[in-house]
Amino acid sequence: MKQTPLHDFHVQHGAKMVDFAGWQMPLLYTGIVPEHIHTRQVGSLFDVSHMGRIEVHGPQAEELLERVCTRRLGDAQVGQSRYSHICNEAGGILDDVIVSRHEKHWLVVCNAANRERIVAWLGEHAADRDVELRDVTDQTLMVALQGPAAIETLAGRLPVPIDTLKKYRFTTGAFMGIPYTIARSGYTGEDGVELILPASVAGMLGAVLPTDDDASLKPAGLGARDTLRLEAGMPLYGHELSEETDTLSAGMAWCVDLAKDFVGADRLRSIAAEGPARKLVGIELEGRRIARPGTRLVDGSGEIGTVTSGTFAPTLEKSIAMAYVRSDASEAGRELAVELGGKSTTRARVVPLPFYKRTD
Amino acid sequence: MSAVPDDRKYTQTHEWLLVEGQVVTVGITQYAADELTDITYVELPETGTDVAAVSAMGEIESVKATSDIVAHVSGKVIEINGALADEPGLVNTDPFGRGWMVKVQADDLSALEGLMDASAYAALLSEG
Repeated sequence: MKQTPLHDFHVQHGAKMVDFAGWQMPLLYTGIVPEHIHTRQVGSLFDVSHMGRIEVHGPQAEELLERVCTRRLGDAQVGQSRYSHICNEAGGILDDVIVSRHEKHWLVVCNAANRERIVAWLGEHAADRDVELRDVTDQTLMVALQGPAAIETLAGRLPVPIDTLKKYRFTTGAFMGIPYTIARSGYTGEDGVELILPASVAGMLGAVLPTDDDASLKPAGLGARDTLRLEAGMPLYGHELSEETDTLSAGMAWCVDLAKDFVGADRLRSIAAEGPARKLVGIELEGRRIARPGTRLVDGSGEIGTVTSGTFAPTLEKSIAMAYVRSDASEAGRELAVELGGKSTTRARVVPLPFYKRTD
Repeated sequence: MSAVPDDRKYTQTHEWLLVEGQVVTVGITQYAADELTDITYVELPETGTDVAAVSAMGEIESVKATSDIVAHVSGKVIEINGALADEPGLVNTDPFGRGWMVKVQADDLSALEGLMDASAYAALLSEG
């Protein structure tokens, strides 16, 4: 099991560690629900160093990325990031990534579980191109500061104009000789930033950043990260996204440019023409029980779908889930039943995503 | 690691059983509650239900997982902890006290003889 550069920090803060995609990661420090609520009300620090960070250098870097990514990237400016999918030839999703245009290279941030295959996939497509790949995951750390107090907390500690940074923009520089990348992005439904720093500054970061007082940012684990992203209706690879699903069925047509030539484009164009057979939807269940991944959704006609993620949403205090359902049964308001096991089914209905949207 | 009360018996599946006469109160241990993480729902059997050792008599759901509540004694449910319907988090905050789950009028207490006492259970936990 690999440890992130912030491992000592997690141990010092009493984290309960779990194995996740080959990494020892903090599941929680005090509790998933309190960490979730603190993120929404104040803010949290998440170690996301396990995510893959792959630099793409060389004169044909853009062409390579344009070929493997569903999203158009060539018109992105330096300092801009774009969320995209990477598909196989059959249009199945290999990963969801954030691609950032730096001055002299591109950076691809991918899921920890997919890092090896994305490095291999990029390598395969780089073979006949003038491109150099550098997997910098192990030399760097990555943290997300998320929540209403995240921006001012960091702005007060770094002489960098963070509050003027727009969503999905990033800035790079060096502070006291330490190179940084700060991006206005995240995976919680809150405002915030994601920082990439050299792995060697982990000890210092722990000393400077979160405190354990209730008015400040506190560390939060993968458990809260999952309930936060689910409330915010954000897909998670391995649940909502996989090689068995496609970007259009996932309702993410906004991150596909069907006019460009990319791996999987033919299949996505035909899905677009026919309409997807099933769609990703939000589900709200009656009661407090949780629909786990794989739970069946039924109506009078039989099985109509399958749950991909579910939780008891701490902010909304409702049992929520995301699920793929037959397209003809996917409209908001549709009543259905969830087979949670046991004697009876639980009533539920299709609701629009996201479940939670911050107000400001 | 929190203390393990020495007034009751423990199971391999991290339930505790407190025997008072023929009445056995059942709950889950702090270790089990911590492993499950924040508990969001507890499904208990109805009062009057017959339960049998060793089989599931209820379910605990947390943000992370779903787990059975296992009966290690046969008998009739005479009381359930109704407070858990509104406040399932009591199982996390006070698993050995206010987070109790079910009281069973036991048919036969001999089934409990094979269970662990507090020191044996503490030893099980320290083995990790």
